[in-house]
Amino acid sequence: MTAVTASLFRFYDSSIGKKILIALTGTILVGFLLGHLVGNLLIFAGRDAINEYGHFLQTAGHGMLVWIARVVIFGSIILHAVLTIQVTRRNRASREQKYGKEHTQVASKSSRMMIVSGLTILAFFIYHILHFTARKFNDYDTYKTLLDGHEVHDVYRMVIAGFSWFPAAAFYIIAMVLLCSHLSHGVASMFQTLGLGTDKTRPLFEKLGKAYALFILVGNCSIPIAIYCFNYPR
Amino acid sequence: MSLLNLHLKVWRQTSANAAGRFQDIEAKEIPDHASFLEMMDIVNQRLIEKGEEPIAFDHDCREGICGSCSMVINGRPHGPEKSTTTCQLHMRKFRTGDTIFVEPFRAKSFPVVRDLVVDRGAFDRIQRAGGFVTVRTGSAIDANALPIGKETADAAMDAAECIGCGACVAACKNASAMLFVSAKAGQLNLLPQGKPEKTRRTLGMVRAMDAEGFGNCTNQYECEAACPKEISVDWISKLNRDFIWSAVTEKEVSTGGGGE
Repeated sequence: MTAVTASLFRFYDSSIGKKILIALTGTILVGFLLGHLVGNLLIFAGRDAINEYGHFLQTAGHGMLVWIARVVIFGSIILHAVLTIQVTRRNRASREQKYGKEHTQVASKSSRMMIVSGLTILAFFIYHILHFTARKFNDYDTYKTLLDGHEVHDVYRMVIAGFSWFPAAAFYIIAMVLLCSHLSHGVASMFQTLGLGTDKTRPLFEKLGKAYALFILVGNCSIPIAIYCFNYPR
Repeated sequence: MSLLNLHLKVWRQTSANAAGRFQDIEAKEIPDHASFLEMMDIVNQRLIEKGEEPIAFDHDCREGICGSCSMVINGRPHGPEKSTTTCQLHMRKFRTGDTIFVEPFRAKSFPVVRDLVVDRGAFDRIQRAGGFVTVRTGSAIDANALPIGKETADAAMDAAECIGCGACVAACKNASAMLFVSAKAGQLNLLPQGKPEKTRRTLGMVRAMDAEGFGNCTNQYECEAACPKEISVDWISKLNRDFIWSAVTEKEVSTGGGGE
């Protein structure tokens, strides 16, 4: 083993090293969530808007850009999940005998159920990919429409069909509530782990994290709620 | 002065490997101006007079600076009073009829020796892995020859307040020692006397901490809330920062400080 790989292994092996990798992959995913939400809100701008956006994503960089994005996002999710599972197992093992009387002073509910919210979001992510990206167990692949004279995938119709089915809309909303909980601790935690937390910045990061979590929740849930409850685009 | 009648639930454990259990003890007529440890002394005296085994607990200075006393009282290390050690906690903070759970600091890295006494040797081993500065003995340099900014001196003093009691580990949901390690490393990393050994100190102490089996910090800040000396989680952030830099700049000669 060379000195470089040895020191990389040592970094991965250490508690702080793992947490820094969790924070960095978390940062990538937080950035992705924002882009994903803003793009998806184009559904309210009409059929052509979201279809054009979908077509752009599929074809940008001769279709390579979407694969670069997928590799980075999938890689981040896998690394984030593997590391957090390792860290949680170690955390549980470090206190074998529980307290007879438990007391919590400041730790939020969200911060104490990160592994539960995280694993549920992971399950949702797999379902979401099968539903809208791989389009398994449905006929969404046959949804086509014309955009500027070219035949493109009809994202608009797919999303509306997808969320008109109650179980899909419900699972989506439940996952988004858990994602909001996960982000409300995770975003501020990211800054602290990367060494940016001070008594000046920490309250700011905590407010920012909660505001971001709420924005993602409201933004993402607006789509299934509009479609399922208000029959958008009626 | 008034007298309190309390129901204690005290953790009794004869040795590290023995199974422990809570013992119900009625502590009657405890003066409210007694400290928590004085209450324990009274209870122990009565146990001895009845021919029973007294409760083992750690204590030394009884003025909140040695870091010997421990105990988790009603789920809180050092009890309910903010920035107060168990020895400085007064019984007037309790009401007659209260049920009080008294348990040892619980962490795999702090094995129970007996009853409420735990072995905090893990902290000493972490300190030996870098919690010091190497100095040339003989002629000390002139006190004013090394300028240190007031902000730096003040911050180092804040970190130096840590008495190494281990309440941070006891309070942490993951039994992480990050607040202790970050205060001890941060204090020295901040000062010019500590800077030359910063890389090997940071890596050495973090590796020793990991080897002891403590959990990971998940930024819930229970440690800061429980700390009798109000050590800030700013130090944890600084340790993370110093760790990144140290891991990047580590040279092969730096093998991690003193060690065993």
